[in-house]
Amino acid sequence: MNKSLPNSAITIRVQAADFDVNAEQKNLRELTRSVGAIVSFVGLVRDINDAVSVSSMELEHYPGMTERTIKDIADKANQRWSLLGITVIHRIGALAPTDQIVLVAVSSLHRGDAFQACEYIMDFLKTNAPFWKKEKTSEGERWVDARVTDKKAEQRWHQ
Amino acid sequence: MIHVLFFASIREQLQTGKLSIELDADGITVAGSASIGLSVSTVEQLIAYLASTYDQSWLPVLSADNVIKAVNQQVVDKNFIISDGDEVAFFPPVTGG
Repeated sequence: MNKSLPNSAITIRVQAADFDVNAEQKNLRELTRSVGAIVSFVGLVRDINDAVSVSSMELEHYPGMTERTIKDIADKANQRWSLLGITVIHRIGALAPTDQIVLVAVSSLHRGDAFQACEYIMDFLKTNAPFWKKEKTSEGERWVDARVTDKKAEQRWHQ
Repeated sequence: MIHVLFFASIREQLQTGKLSIELDADGITVAGSASIGLSVSTVEQLIAYLASTYDQSWLPVLSADNVIKAVNQQVVDKNFIISDGDEVAFFPPVTGG
């Protein structure tokens, strides 16, 4: 099976600016009149991580490889499910608690495909896209450690 | 020319974000090294070259098991063979999302 969405249906952006979930969902709605479902996930900055208070964070990335990696993940999701559109936006730079970090929004004919593809894309983004978080906490600055639970979340898709 | 990039905690530990290395016909040869020279072709050999050229403290940082190596923005293992013009990156496990 070699399905391909037109490039216009896959949007990937890495940016410092905030994003508007409604505007992104509207773009997905307007891609095609056959869309029946949109599932969106938004990741946020928490004010506490591993029981330590976080005042802000800095998100670093590997320009080029991040976009390429996310595109590869989106293409694999598109192979696996029947999708109509995929939008992934990831922010970089300085972020504070309650700020939006990442949006994964997926549209499809029926909800099942969009639900699963959204979680799949997010799980692989977490473990593969080259972003790094550095937190400013009440105990000083620290790089966030990768989580075993994120790796397990990715691995269940291989089963 | 090989372009080498370091990110996040690795960049901080090495106090270097990027550097470029000139290749000669036999790969990279370490200036002033023993008469046999040290020819670089794999990522692992590049690490040894960088440590011998810049600072020996780089060796344990770049050789650590959890360090991710990428050549031309694709993840590779330490035995991957580097070619002229390649972009080689070293970074810690990713924590985006």
